[in-house]
Amino acid sequence: MRRELRAEWTKLRTVSGPIPLLLGTVVVTVAVSALAAGAMSCPAAGCGQDAARIGLFGVQLGQGLVALLAVVMVCGEYGSGMIRTSLTAMPRRIRLLAVRAALVSGLTLAAGTVAVLGSVLVAGLLLPGNGFTPEHGYPPLSLLDGPTLRASAGSVLYLVVIALLSLGVATAIRDSAVATGVVLGLVYLFPMVVLMVRNEDLQLVLWRISPMNAGLTVQATTSLPGMPIGPWAGLGVAAAWAVAALLVGGLLLRKRDA
Amino acid sequence: MTGFARLLRAEWTKLRTVRGWVAGLTAICLLIVGLGLLFAAASHSSCSNGPVEVPCPTPPLGPDGVAVEDRFFLVSMPLDGNGVITARVNSMSGQIRLPDATPGVRNVTTGVVPWAKAGLMVKESTEQGAAYAAVMVTGGHGVRMQHNFTEDVAGGAQSVSSGSPRWLRLTRDQDTITGEESPDGKTWTGVGTARLEGLPAKVRIGLFAASPGHLTVTANSLGGSASASRFTQVTALVDEVKVAGTTSGTWDTDDIGVDHNLDGTPHHPGGLVRSGGTFAITGVGDIAPSTSESTIERSLSGLLIALVVVIVVAVLFVTAEYRRGLIGTTLLASPRRGRALAAKAVVVGAATFVSGLAGVAVTVPLARSIGRGNGVFTLPVSTLTEVRVIVGLAGVLAMAAVLALSLGAIFRRSAMAVIVALVALVVPYVLATASILPDEASRWLLRVTPAAGFAVQQSIPAYEHVTSYVAPVTGYFPLPPWGGFAVLCGYAVLALGLAVHRLNGRDA
Repeated sequence: MRRELRAEWTKLRTVSGPIPLLLGTVVVTVAVSALAAGAMSCPAAGCGQDAARIGLFGVQLGQGLVALLAVVMVCGEYGSGMIRTSLTAMPRRIRLLAVRAALVSGLTLAAGTVAVLGSVLVAGLLLPGNGFTPEHGYPPLSLLDGPTLRASAGSVLYLVVIALLSLGVATAIRDSAVATGVVLGLVYLFPMVVLMVRNEDLQLVLWRISPMNAGLTVQATTSLPGMPIGPWAGLGVAAAWAVAALLVGGLLLRKRDA
Repeated sequence: MTGFARLLRAEWTKLRTVRGWVAGLTAICLLIVGLGLLFAAASHSSCSNGPVEVPCPTPPLGPDGVAVEDRFFLVSMPLDGNGVITARVNSMSGQIRLPDATPGVRNVTTGVVPWAKAGLMVKESTEQGAAYAAVMVTGGHGVRMQHNFTEDVAGGAQSVSSGSPRWLRLTRDQDTITGEESPDGKTWTGVGTARLEGLPAKVRIGLFAASPGHLTVTANSLGGSASASRFTQVTALVDEVKVAGTTSGTWDTDDIGVDHNLDGTPHHPGGLVRSGGTFAITGVGDIAPSTSESTIERSLSGLLIALVVVIVVAVLFVTAEYRRGLIGTTLLASPRRGRALAAKAVVVGAATFVSGLAGVAVTVPLARSIGRGNGVFTLPVSTLTEVRVIVGLAGVLAMAAVLALSLGAIFRRSAMAVIVALVALVVPYVLATASILPDEASRWLLRVTPAAGFAVQQSIPAYEHVTSYVAPVTGYFPLPPWGGFAVLCGYAVLALGLAVHRLNGRDA
């Protein structure tokens, strides 16, 4: 296992894609969170905004880059033919997938933690200037506050889940363009489809199984009873998608000729 | 065959002989049709009258075929031939229902909504949707001259209050109606002139009052927003009423378009109270184009998913050549590299256009008839507008293909090109229309990103004189249809130029 891990890590850090992507994830997440925190305002008490959710808004874009990390890692090998070398050196394919999952999770965990901490810090500085003050019912964003801590830690885990989902899809599809389209379509377009359905029961069901909608409820700190799904259960839905994708990817990896 | 035609043929041969790409191009059409019809079939609309479920009423149509709201109180007499009506509006007061503070308890305050209106009107008949022209005083937008629901011209800016009344005059000369205003009944200023084509000799002339619903918009936790319109009414005090022309001389009252309760009594009736020469006219409702029903573009929800397929196919159309080394052969056959890429762009753009056009053109009429069966009314638009929406959206897909192809040639790497194309086109559209961002940020995104091109699908314009929630969330784009499309084309051309530049400057 150590051997495989080392091999994959060497490949990952020596090709040009992954490291800039991880840095990009941090930069994009923090920058977009800062933009959101700068744009939102709370003119009076009871403005109904969720400060933690605004402060973590960058995760919505950061997840796109995280998804790309796994796609680049897997599909790049199929593009260059490197996959045959990899599988000759590491014939136990499921173990290879497990190693990749561990590596992607670890890197995303690290980048995600930095990104989320940065977002909370920046939002904590910006939001009070826009009326998110204790007088309006918004104590400063702090990780000592239970719900905010849950939202932040949950966001990091959500990014890991998206990375794993992407790894599964990329392993199953192998072509980088199609895999990118499928992962980003699943993440970003599912919520659109939910909005377009006008049957309310169906809308609620779709909302609950949509990876982004359900997964990001983990960021909600206000109006939780009004949410269609609880925060951890929502993250569980996203995780179920990732597990399903990894299962399909693993199965296909075993069955197919490379 | 000329050189470029030969290139086009070569690229077309490449496109049609790769099974995955043909499947992708077919999928574009099928996704638009399939998802469009699926959503149309899943959408139902029902209305209730008390506990009884009734089919939803369809809105009346105005003189030019636009669906309209035509609900107001009219005090009128018949007029044969030309004539003039003059009156003085002394005050406007009314009621506005606010969201319930305590659930179930009506929360009504006094006041007049900005587009509450009262004044003088010439109308073809008392039928809903009949042609009309009117000059009026409004709650917050001064004096206006409006005709045939969609037209609106501003006059003087101040509204009436006790002590500062407003005189209004409406003159009918054949099919031309002229509206004027005056502070004292002596010096008159023109407000506007309306031509009502084919207005019969016998019309109704008189006074009216209407007050559109009070609109409140609330965000809901699913990420959408819900707007609710609540009851309001206005009462205008009008005196010094004079009518010149061939009339009966007796006033009739019509509560045009009023709904009825189960027991047959009118729901929120308007009314007239006369004391001496003063008319106190109370009106509820609005005289305006209808904007609250479904639109043709709502049935095109599959388009966004088809767009992802378009991007993937277009990117692969160039990156696959790099991966397989075919690019070497391509450039050997066409050493003028710019022309080779242009041929690719034309072929993939045209193929996407045809597939998208077929999908959209089939979906729009089918979804409309399915909707009709499910009680969902689709706002009618002119043929020209419908063609613009259908052709324009196929154009959006084609331009997206050109943009994605260019990005593929710039990056040479599929994943990077796909993600940049998605971030440029799909993500801004989703962020702006899924009410994730505040309205102002949404409008900005739809002005500066390639997603501006979606403006071409807006079939109902934003009317200044209609109280509605105008934002990307509700389908209103910040740029005019072709203006938005031009932004997308600009990006596509820019990317193509950059791609040609990089192709010329680098070894393949």
